[in-house]
Amino acid sequence: MPAPLAADRPDEIMRVEQKSATQAIETNLAPGRAREVLRALWRSKTFVIGLAIVLFWVLDAIFWPLFVPYDPEGLVSPTTLQPPSAEHFFGTDDLGRDIFSRTLAGARPTLTVAPLATAIGVAGGILVGLFTGYFRGIADDIVMRIVDALLAFPLIIIAVLVISILGPSITNVILVIGIVFTPIVARTVRSAVLVERQREYVAAAKLLGNSNLYIMFAEILPNITGPIAVEITIRLGYAIFTSATLSFLALGIQQPSPDWGLTISIGRVFLQTAPSEVLFPAAALATLIVGVNLIADGLRQVLEE
Amino acid sequence: MSAPHPSASPPATGALAIDHLSISYLRRDRVLPVLTDVSFHIEPGEAYGLVGESGCGKTTVAMAVMCYLPTNARIEGGHIRLRDTDLTRAGEAQLRSLRGNRMAMVYQDAGSALNPSLTIGRQIAEVYRFHGGLDTAAAMDAAAAMLETVQIADSARMLRRYPHELSGGQQQRVMFAMALATSPDLLVLDEPTTGLDTTVEAEVLDLVARLRSKFSASILFISHNLGIVTRMCERVGVLYAGRLIEEGPSREIFSTPRHPYTLGLTRCVPNRIMRKDAHRLDPIPGSLPPLGLAVQGCVYAPRCPIARARCREEDPPAFVSGERRVSRCFYHDEVSGIPRSEEALPAIGGESAGGDLLRVEHLSKRYGAGTNQVVALDDVSIELEAGEILGLVGESGSGKSTLAKCVVGLLEASGGEIDFAGRPLVRLGDWRKPELRRKLQMVFQNPDTTLNPSHTARRILTRAARLLSTAGSSADVERQVTALAAAVQLRPHHLDLKPSFLSGGLKQRVAIARAFAGAPALVLCDEPTSALDVSVQATILNLLVDLQTKERVAYLFISHDLGVVRYLADRIAVMYLGQIIEIGRAEDVFSPPHHPYTEALLSAMPTIDESEGARIKLSGTMPNPANPPTGCRFHTRCHRFLGEICREREPPWQEDGEGHRYRCHIAPADLEAAQQEAMSRPAKDGNRPEAEIRA
Repeated sequence: MPAPLAADRPDEIMRVEQKSATQAIETNLAPGRAREVLRALWRSKTFVIGLAIVLFWVLDAIFWPLFVPYDPEGLVSPTTLQPPSAEHFFGTDDLGRDIFSRTLAGARPTLTVAPLATAIGVAGGILVGLFTGYFRGIADDIVMRIVDALLAFPLIIIAVLVISILGPSITNVILVIGIVFTPIVARTVRSAVLVERQREYVAAAKLLGNSNLYIMFAEILPNITGPIAVEITIRLGYAIFTSATLSFLALGIQQPSPDWGLTISIGRVFLQTAPSEVLFPAAALATLIVGVNLIADGLRQVLEE
Repeated sequence: MSAPHPSASPPATGALAIDHLSISYLRRDRVLPVLTDVSFHIEPGEAYGLVGESGCGKTTVAMAVMCYLPTNARIEGGHIRLRDTDLTRAGEAQLRSLRGNRMAMVYQDAGSALNPSLTIGRQIAEVYRFHGGLDTAAAMDAAAAMLETVQIADSARMLRRYPHELSGGQQQRVMFAMALATSPDLLVLDEPTTGLDTTVEAEVLDLVARLRSKFSASILFISHNLGIVTRMCERVGVLYAGRLIEEGPSREIFSTPRHPYTLGLTRCVPNRIMRKDAHRLDPIPGSLPPLGLAVQGCVYAPRCPIARARCREEDPPAFVSGERRVSRCFYHDEVSGIPRSEEALPAIGGESAGGDLLRVEHLSKRYGAGTNQVVALDDVSIELEAGEILGLVGESGSGKSTLAKCVVGLLEASGGEIDFAGRPLVRLGDWRKPELRRKLQMVFQNPDTTLNPSHTARRILTRAARLLSTAGSSADVERQVTALAAAVQLRPHHLDLKPSFLSGGLKQRVAIARAFAGAPALVLCDEPTSALDVSVQATILNLLVDLQTKERVAYLFISHDLGVVRYLADRIAVMYLGQIIEIGRAEDVFSPPHHPYTEALLSAMPTIDESEGARIKLSGTMPNPANPPTGCRFHTRCHRFLGEICREREPPWQEDGEGHRYRCHIAPADLEAAQQEAMSRPAKDGNRPEAEIRA
């Protein structure tokens, strides 16, 4: 092999070779793709750290009433805007509520809104993606152009627009985020379907006389779970962020909920004098989003291998 | 006549000497040996072939020689010497210079080995600039001269082209040009013709033979095709499970094998005289041991017909005998006496009920519109009787698969009629009635995608049985699935596995069982064995023959492998550029008079026949189907081109009145005389292939 090309080619060859070598082993020895993926995930530091963070907040969202020192919505201290102390670990807010309790309790609204919104978006996206990708044709063209148009706007603009028409409420926030996510997920699903529908097993399924619905949901869907899983984790991160933003803009969850976005919004007035009210919920929000994104990265790395 | 030899490898003279090479792959704390104690050497100017089925370690040898081993590979022992340099000890800088100047490699897939964003001129000139020390202009001139050497016409213009503008054969020629630019001592060819069409493959092989007389490089030729290796190489080594189990002069090794595995390979491929109704193929029982399995004794013992207790205890040493023949078999003297397996031929059922099962008339399929229109099928008419096998051959892009897909209803034809069992078919499969679907099924090419990877074999077959068979209750369906699995020789435990745990051959059996779930009358087979190793192919072909005789099924069998088609088909249709150009009984198509294109295809294939005539070289590549040639479509490449008439007038069908017809201006009598004469002419280069065998 000539050297100038060899300089960049050996790596590639090695990779290909390595891949074929490991694949050869896989077919002989592997105990199954699913178990293989799980084991690889367990070895992925990114994934494990992300999972630990998210698990912490999920457990907290479920069990906080068991261990918060004060009622998060109760006016527990006559002294407002206290700095952190032994009595109030994170201090008190502008109304004399315990910030530590509120921060721990604030995980619940966020972890209610975001997964539900993601579920709606993913379910809608799978439906739209499967149908457009499988049938193609004019319907596909029209839906995809609508998706393009939606993607041209920043997500938050559309959400703000819709909420200001429908009025702020938790249900509306969930619905809006879910609907805005649908076309984004649909794109991912559609491109996976486009690859899968060319495979011979789909042709064979048609020749057996399977209905289109059966082919879409029983034949194709199980084989695109990888990209869908990655998409779910990415969307979850965005959903947390978007719901916090809407709360911050007072378009989402309303007072006196300890929701992080809402608390940050109220506390920002006192940012210079008493930063605790912003700092702790913001840190909590950041760790959760980072955790979800670490899961997404780990998952993508493992599945793309 | 022979004595065990502790070290079969001669002292390290030769251009390349591999001594006791052992390589392992490390995978998650496990050490998986891929090569065990491999020794061979190549003399200066000699071509050495390395053959074996997939997974035997061929490519690892090539990568080890080029020092391109993956990072998880470890050389456990042994040496690779290029002349006097020990490659296992060479440093990175030394290797880089060696790779360019003294050894070069040609890869299997030239399309991905060339950089798509650089002109081929630049890519070839680069070699001259970095290794020859030439300046840019001189390097370009050298590149142009090298293109002429590898027989690419119009080199000045070709230098400015990008790889995607070249045909597969031309790309492979460019790879040869780059490899030979520095006149290396050693040329490693890793399956250089796999994936190319038969006629292109023949051209590339001719080129290699011609280049060998011009350059004095030693060649390590890696291939799964024993016929090609026999044609190209002086000596051949056979790899099995990472061990070199036999070695010898290529003329002898396949005619008088001294290892049961080599014998097995030669017996599982149909040769010229074999026909499905008279001979059974002899597959090798069992399968390759999984990588990393610790084997005591001979690796081949579990599959060997003459294995004894000793074989399972001791690892056989290399026995040297006769003229440089080496065999790792204790009983290599007995190999020639191994009988063919005495499996009974299936009883041929009564003659077909008569009448055509399938009639395709004037079928056409066009893609696109206006100037971009591509005619994939043009006026295709075929007929198929019940219980008959019609072989469909032609190079890639000739429309074979399109025809199958139109018949089965996966594609909608643009015009023409399809009659099946006396009834016209509605064109799209979705609308077809269940009893039609039951009678018309298809087996696909790629074992890796033909089964849904998420479903177990049982689920796949249950679904097929439920949709296709008349079985009503779920107990009936279950019985049906068991019967189907038994018919394709699947073991019960295979049924509960997902496709990723099944080997290629097993996957293809599940696919065949799926097609047979409803007692079909016609099964379309789209290259069902092209992705399989020969020993597996033999089992699948035997299975297809059994099912055909037992169930009186007709096949439309698509293949590019003429040997397989000759063995299997009752009648053969030859396609070129979307047209059927010849159709008739197998023996009529395979003997003159036949269409000049069929003649070229036949002569391009490596045959077992000693008296092979001079090879017909087709000029040029297949024309663009969007703009087919006027007159006879084949006239641009035809070696029997007559003149204006071929260019201007569409040729008539020449019929013999017994169902054999071909499309040509040359009358049968003239064509027969010319072709008989060509066949009796001896081959020019004396490179007579002795066996058409693929491993």
